[in-house]
Amino acid sequence: MNGADAIVKCLEQEGVTTVYGYPGVAIAPFYNSILNSDIRTILVRTEQNAAHAASGEARVAGHVGVCAVTSGPGATNLITGIATAFADSIPIVCITGQVKSDDMGSDVFQEADITGAVESFVKYSYIVKNVEDIPRIVKEAFYIANSGRKGPVLIDVPIDVQNAPIKSFKYPAEVNIRAYKPTIKGHIVQIKKVIKELEKAKRPIICAGGGVHLSNAVCELRDFAHKYRIPVVTTMMGIGVMQTGDAMHFGMVGNNGKAYANRAMNEADVIVMVGARVADRAISQPDLITTNKILVHIDVDPAEIGKNAGASIPLVGDIKHIFEDIAKEEFTCEHEEWISLLEEYRSTMGPKRNPNPDYVDPAAFITMLSNAMKDDAVYVADVGQNQIWSCNYHIVKDGRFLTSGGMGTMGYSIPAAMGAKRGDMSRQAVAVCGDGSFQMSMMELATMIQHEIPVKIIVMKNNYLGMVREYQHYTYKDHYSVVDIQAGTPDLEKLAAAYGIPFIRVENMSHAEEKINAFLQEDNTMLMECLIDPMDLVKQ
Amino acid sequence: MQNKVFQLLVNNNAGVLSRITGLFSRRGYNIDSITAGVTSDPRFTRITIVTSGDEEILDQIEKQVSKLVDVRDVRELKPDKSVYRELCLIKVKSSPEKRQGVIAVADIFRAKIIDVNVDSLIVELTGTQSKIEAFIGLLADYEILEIARTGIAGLARGADALIHLES
Repeated sequence: MNGADAIVKCLEQEGVTTVYGYPGVAIAPFYNSILNSDIRTILVRTEQNAAHAASGEARVAGHVGVCAVTSGPGATNLITGIATAFADSIPIVCITGQVKSDDMGSDVFQEADITGAVESFVKYSYIVKNVEDIPRIVKEAFYIANSGRKGPVLIDVPIDVQNAPIKSFKYPAEVNIRAYKPTIKGHIVQIKKVIKELEKAKRPIICAGGGVHLSNAVCELRDFAHKYRIPVVTTMMGIGVMQTGDAMHFGMVGNNGKAYANRAMNEADVIVMVGARVADRAISQPDLITTNKILVHIDVDPAEIGKNAGASIPLVGDIKHIFEDIAKEEFTCEHEEWISLLEEYRSTMGPKRNPNPDYVDPAAFITMLSNAMKDDAVYVADVGQNQIWSCNYHIVKDGRFLTSGGMGTMGYSIPAAMGAKRGDMSRQAVAVCGDGSFQMSMMELATMIQHEIPVKIIVMKNNYLGMVREYQHYTYKDHYSVVDIQAGTPDLEKLAAAYGIPFIRVENMSHAEEKINAFLQEDNTMLMECLIDPMDLVKQ
Repeated sequence: MQNKVFQLLVNNNAGVLSRITGLFSRRGYNIDSITAGVTSDPRFTRITIVTSGDEEILDQIEKQVSKLVDVRDVRELKPDKSVYRELCLIKVKSSPEKRQGVIAVADIFRAKIIDVNVDSLIVELTGTQSKIEAFIGLLADYEILEIARTGIAGLARGADALIHLES
């Protein structure tokens, strides 16, 4: 058994079923060893998408996603994917091949200091120097990635370490990292304080973020909100914590969110932030949620509490554990007037659009699409205008809504939907992107075909990098710079034909519903093009 | 703005110092000085960092540093409950006639002359930062050629605050 065999064995012990990646000499021993395993290898078409696919799988399956690439350019191509996972706290383990230990630092062919390069956006990284350390390091890497505030961990393995014989292989049953002990259980004194404030509250609200999904606490939070009739708003990463149609759900907050959700936050007297980091796009003025209010901040990462807004009651711990503990307490929380007020806001302050009938109206289309999708489908929104429309008009039932919220990485949706599908093959995976983001990841059509991973892809085509065009429309008075992508964008029908996948074009809303039904009918990879008014705006 | 001295106990892993300084630089925190050295247990390194910022920044520094996987313990070394020392080497230009003056000042501060040359000498002084600054101030009449300062190392007073490495 050599180091590469040992890594594969460790992955098996962790229950890994899929490795996304791209080979090269420095990772060749690993890809040689993995042939002797049942772990499936998915050959992406560029390394960045291996990390995104691992992220999609992790988010849907709830376990650590894994990717493995070669040294130098293979590793550096991963960087955007790692940073994207870090920004959204998604647990992935990235294995990179590295040049021979003796050559490290001498700028040999395909050498890059990848641990140095990713230092600021991994939870932790390793360079394996001794083959005997492999079992401990892999065990630790999976544990660090998937505990506390989750995130990416990188393991850089020089080729000679992969080839070195390992004397004894014993996969550790548990980890013992002296310095790393995340807080799981919330402090009971703080929990009691929260309950006390909620009992007094006249206008309580919960603002749920992506941490609720990461902690697998969706059911606990919903039960809590229903039992005490506390309204819930979400951040972009928190979409899906509540079903869209839930009576206690009052939309997404933030500068791209619903006006009534923001108003609810501003008028609340007790805000319970749960697994949300008070980021600038969600809460543009942190003062507004702290002045004359009680801010309860629940997060597994103590450093997030007080980073952007000073909390009146900090509560550190795993959200699922905390809500299980809260559920053990009995208290009363009366605020029916507040709910009536929010219901009124919700019915009167909804977004108003003035769609152009010659094109597909993205708002109506997305609602129609999500209603036609299976209840537990995974909807992956890319980045751009398509993302904002998706956030505001997608109807979540029992499915998931995934997007690159923190980093805003264009090209995320297609590889992430591919990983999401691999994470649960029984679920429908739909990627919605723009014509800009599609062209950043369309090479993955090949991966889906080669590995038979059926993903539904919708391209909202408006011939512009629409989000930037909209910014230039408002900020620079239509002084457009490098946003026109009409010339050069391929004929998507021909492109689909070249890849041998079915294609549907939707020109306007007149036959949209039947086309959507045809598009979703079979579990196969399909491409749908929606023609969007190039001048359409997210903020009309 | 205020100063704080943090004492870190970290795993003695390759690259640990760069992980810590990298965190400070990317989040825009100040490092006024940093010293690192292995402890009685070779698995651990003790790092003393002098940093400055407003209260919120200093609070974030403590939390963010605590999050690093290699950081075993972070604590503030409060001035009234700790001792700090810094070592400073100062090379002073001095002709043989002027030498006695420098030596006299050094004696008052219990500094040591550790090298003498025809036209210069090197003085070694250990003490608090204010003592070192006072000493450098007194050498204003002479020409200081070079200064090398270590930054402070510190320990909390008493046995109550010990971190038990094995626990």
